[in-house]
Amino acid sequence: MSVIADTIIVILVLLGAAFALIGSWGLVRLPSTMERLHGPTKATTLGLGALLLASVVYFQTRLGIWTAHELLISLFLFITAPISANMIAKVHLHRVRTGAIREPDSIAGPPPRPGGEGDWATFEAPKQDTPASTANT
Amino acid sequence: MIGIALHIAAACIALALLLNGWRLLRGPALGDRIVALDTMVINAIALIVLIGMIGGNDTYFEAALLLAMVGFVSTIAYCKFILRGDIVE
Repeated sequence: MSVIADTIIVILVLLGAAFALIGSWGLVRLPSTMERLHGPTKATTLGLGALLLASVVYFQTRLGIWTAHELLISLFLFITAPISANMIAKVHLHRVRTGAIREPDSIAGPPPRPGGEGDWATFEAPKQDTPASTANT
Repeated sequence: MIGIALHIAAACIALALLLNGWRLLRGPALGDRIVALDTMVINAIALIVLIGMIGGNDTYFEAALLLAMVGFVSTIAYCKFILRGDIVE
């Protein structure tokens, strides 16, 4: 087991843990819900990505086992993180619109209106003659 | 050297879980609680991976993979329930 591999493992583990901590600190520290969505994405991609890479190198050098499960986990997380963030943002937008909650003051201000006519797609029924439309024409 | 780094990382992840728990209890909006739960699942996966590395046992990764899938599905189910009042329509 070489010193280079040890150094790589230590750097990756500490980087991953630091990013996970920073993401959770952002979740506590940022003022509004839409901004709080921003923090944990760093914990998911950089934090867990670095930790899982570290474990690949660790098991390769320590035990001589080649494991691909970690790469599978990070691939799965990279695919699913934007989807769940999108769903949470949709929940928040709908609850603000129905008046269930009042939006606190945020750094970035309210999200901008989409360009052109109409509203955000999540508030509108699908228009006819678009690929998303299921209406009978 | 690796042992010390792994234990420091485990302490960082535990602190991150505590911060997520604070946000989960405090709220104020429902969206914040969902984000906090989602992040808690991510941090729990990180903790499982670290425990696997400390123990030198690669069986833990099946648990991490399963938790990643279950966490995603439960977040989507929670959001869908709030949006539509039903999960499977």
